[in-house]
Amino acid sequence: MTKDATYNYLLHLADNALILAQRNSEWCGHGPVLEQDIAITNISLDLIGQSRSLYQYAAELINEGTGAATEDTLAYLRDTRDFKNCLLVEQPNGDWAQTILRQFFFSTYQFFLYQRLQQSGDAHLAAIAEKSLKEVTYHVRWSSEWVIRLGDGTEESRNRLLNALDELWMFTGELFVPSAYESEAFKAGIGVDVSALKANWEQRVNEVFEEATISIVSTSAWMQSGGKEGAHTEHLGFILAEMQYMQRVYPGCEW
Amino acid sequence: MHTTDNISVKNIWSILSAVCDPEVPVLSVIDLGIIRDVKIIPANGEEGIEVVITPTYSGCPAMDVIRMNIRMELLQHGYKNVQITTVLSPAWTTDWMTDSGKQKLKDFGIAPPNPKQQVCNTQLFAEDEAVQCPHCQSYNTRRISEFGSTACKALFQCNDCQEPFDYFKCH
Repeated sequence: MTKDATYNYLLHLADNALILAQRNSEWCGHGPVLEQDIAITNISLDLIGQSRSLYQYAAELINEGTGAATEDTLAYLRDTRDFKNCLLVEQPNGDWAQTILRQFFFSTYQFFLYQRLQQSGDAHLAAIAEKSLKEVTYHVRWSSEWVIRLGDGTEESRNRLLNALDELWMFTGELFVPSAYESEAFKAGIGVDVSALKANWEQRVNEVFEEATISIVSTSAWMQSGGKEGAHTEHLGFILAEMQYMQRVYPGCEW
Repeated sequence: MHTTDNISVKNIWSILSAVCDPEVPVLSVIDLGIIRDVKIIPANGEEGIEVVITPTYSGCPAMDVIRMNIRMELLQHGYKNVQITTVLSPAWTTDWMTDSGKQKLKDFGIAPPNPKQQVCNTQLFAEDEAVQCPHCQSYNTRRISEFGSTACKALFQCNDCQEPFDYFKCH
């Protein structure tokens, strides 16, 4: 396996976690009730922690002892085309239902992904997955319960969840279509075959949707893609502008 | 200053028991179970110390402070050559928390973690754990939120004495 492919694979995993964390953190101080404001920002914190482990490892790999790349340069000094996160995680928060559904789709995916990544031939990556999986387990449980609460709640909450489903469904397909570096990582015994996660994911989503009295739009619906290769929706640029502003204007600033 | 022949691993462990979690100050890093190993290593021709730690949660902001506090505490006791190594696997679990740590948490008003087997699954609306109120000892309590004031805690309330309390959740 080429070093580039491993590096890209690590960045892809890290970017997914970081961008969703950044999105969720927009809720800080704006959550519907205090407990849920705290919950969503706690999830952000877990995801930032996971992305840090992955960026540190990616930096180590690309540096070869030069020290030029760090977790911070990878997070703060790359541009939109260099980010390899899937499109789902960069979608706007919308209302609470949209944030919840995005979290539920992604956490469920991440749960099955990390479960397999624990068996990675790369011991360090396996350790990161083992550590993260425990955190993600809580995210899956929390977001599943909210999907049910909204879907099987009032007419208002149900309509909002259905609108969120219309908005987000087209971004779920990309999760299970491997990019070139994911395929290479899988063949090298380091990464996970994401196409094999789809059945588990759909089963879990169906179970929760059934409880929520809603159903999957259509498994053959047209799907958006491109995020893994750096072709993003218009939203990512705005996310990075806010997230990277300080480091761009005051390079190397600390507090 | 310590010379090469008198670094004792046992002594280091006892010094580390004075380093506390900045967010839960009644717990030492040893109570928490995050010190995985202490080794004597060669450092610049002398003997140095390697302290192996593991984070509680990936994003726990206390870890940086804990790392610094370990270094400071050892420095105060004259140990200059200290290397702190972080390992992720095996992943930290609340099962590693000491019994005295659990008792200290309870006395502090935080419900200590239940043994791990009871929870940590993705089951929906899984039956809530029986968490004992640290104030009135009642098991008649309910979960208010899965996530509390720090990554490691959930928010509960006692149905008997009505007091809300933190629960150090199982992990």
